[in-house]
Amino acid sequence: MIPVEIGRGFGGRFVPETLIPALDELAEAWGEARADPGFHAELDRLARAYAGRPTPLFPAQRLAPGRRLYLKREDLLHTGAHKLNNALGQGLLARRLGKGRVVAETGAGQHGVAAAAVCALLGLECVVYMGEEDVRRQHPNVERMRLLGAEVRPVTYGTRTLREAVSEAIRDWIASPGDTHYLIGSCVGPEPYPDVVATLQEVIGREAREQVLAAEGRLPDAVVACVGGGSNAIGLFRPFVDDPEVRLVGVEAEGAASLSRGRPSVLHGARSYALADEEGRILDAHSVSAGLDYPGVGPEHARLRESGRVEYLTASDDEALDAFRLLSRTEGIIPALEPAHAIARALELDADLLVVGLSGRGDKDLGTVIG
Amino acid sequence: MSRLAIYLMASAELPSLAEVAVDAGADLVEIGFPHSDPLADGPVIRRAAERALARGMDVDGCLDVLAEARRRVEAPLVPMTYAAVLEAHGPDRFVADVRDAGASSVIVADLPSDAMPDLARIHLVAPTTPTPRIRLAAERTDGWLYLVSVTGTTGPRDEAPPLLADLVRRAREVTAVPLLAGFGIATPAHAAAAARLADGVVVGSRAIEAVEEGGHEGLRALVAALRAALDAAAPARRAGDASAASPI
Repeated sequence: MIPVEIGRGFGGRFVPETLIPALDELAEAWGEARADPGFHAELDRLARAYAGRPTPLFPAQRLAPGRRLYLKREDLLHTGAHKLNNALGQGLLARRLGKGRVVAETGAGQHGVAAAAVCALLGLECVVYMGEEDVRRQHPNVERMRLLGAEVRPVTYGTRTLREAVSEAIRDWIASPGDTHYLIGSCVGPEPYPDVVATLQEVIGREAREQVLAAEGRLPDAVVACVGGGSNAIGLFRPFVDDPEVRLVGVEAEGAASLSRGRPSVLHGARSYALADEEGRILDAHSVSAGLDYPGVGPEHARLRESGRVEYLTASDDEALDAFRLLSRTEGIIPALEPAHAIARALELDADLLVVGLSGRGDKDLGTVIG
Repeated sequence: MSRLAIYLMASAELPSLAEVAVDAGADLVEIGFPHSDPLADGPVIRRAAERALARGMDVDGCLDVLAEARRRVEAPLVPMTYAAVLEAHGPDRFVADVRDAGASSVIVADLPSDAMPDLARIHLVAPTTPTPRIRLAAERTDGWLYLVSVTGTTGPRDEAPPLLADLVRRAREVTAVPLLAGFGIATPAHAAAAARLADGVVVGSRAIEAVEEGGHEGLRALVAALRAALDAAAPARRAGDASAASPI
């Protein structure tokens, strides 16, 4: 494989030299864990008994009358979003590595809650970095993290959102790589993180593929998911990537559309698309949904965009809010604002049979929507 | 004699500040080309970068102040920046442009030693770096090796770096290139302690703070104190050895 360099390829490791041994150690442990049936058995046991897998695939008949639109119900997962799939796997990895301390970043708070829950479950110390703006707009999740025993550290500079939270989590890890595991929440960051997170989220797409085949006897015309960093989307898409008849659609927030409006740059240790200016400076993202309010995206999405296998569209704040209300009224399901972006675009697609990733539930967003 | 490198953020005042630093005893000036997301930097340099960007200090502006500093001082000048800046400017063009403006080399804080071997730069190694990687970095580095003295980001610490002795010992086993220790070296006492081990020190965050607090004279006082501490700690050490005639 040609190495990723400045100006070539997507992914790589653009981090201070201090972190390289910790990334090597993680890559080795990840390789061993993937090959270890014991790791998979424990992850599967926790996924079922603790997290609530498999999650249902629900036909939303009143949301999309006359069509077959299925929602993959990650909102029903313990802690309220798909983030737990990754947090459980990485928590087990941290334990394999003998690290007693975990740092994480969070935007909407869903990954922070998942990380805090897993650390409580496995007896690990947990520190979560969260932008001050997100602490304000996602306050219930801050209280949840604290109840679960995590320390929440507000980040008070820059945009005070996910971008700075990731930077501060990485800086913490630079200072403590010996005893700390960085539990990154999306398929971003230096190698091997994007593949670790995507692989741990693949369970979403594996289940959805089996479930839609069982229900309909064929593959869907389209699979749709929201994309911030991109972990729920990559997890849902991966098992369909080799099915050319299935259209794959990622939906970014209009004000945080790294793939649709950005350019290749280097952010948080990887080369990928990002919102950046002609000098390489990272620009501010804006989205009503804290989980999509991020100026970068995972490198695997950059490759899928360049290959043309996945189409990337955008949805505005207002479109997401409309979809949020529509799903609540028609199906009795309050979605998180993040997947509301996917629902908004899915309803317009020229497709009869669709699977849409409902990546999380909307309890955390009531304050934002109702105001 | 211990070498003293001073890090300053690119600004309109950079040429005159570089002149003051060299006049007060600095042997090399690192020039921060500001980036919006400087992962290797602690709060002092991050804030300095934010201010520089807010004042419109783009790469062209950095090249201008670098060229002006080159006209005013003889000492080597070394831009320090991040991969995203090289990505936007084009990595080869970046290196060519800074050389044209008078730079001796460059430092890219988030480009590890195994990446892009053809991009000539000063390599960094850290206390966590295994010895074989130190050897690789030393083989590839452009003149001297930057020892990251602490496990952490840039910024002043309360004590002299305790991990430096082991890092210097391991580096000396595999290379004869000069070793300059930076990250966390703030006071003359830290500098003296580091200089007893390495061939010199880099002082960054504390130099930025000295400018913030006391302008040109604040910087002059800090650099002079550092110079005096280094000279007292390692007077004319290893005179005539290979590193004394090194590029820095």
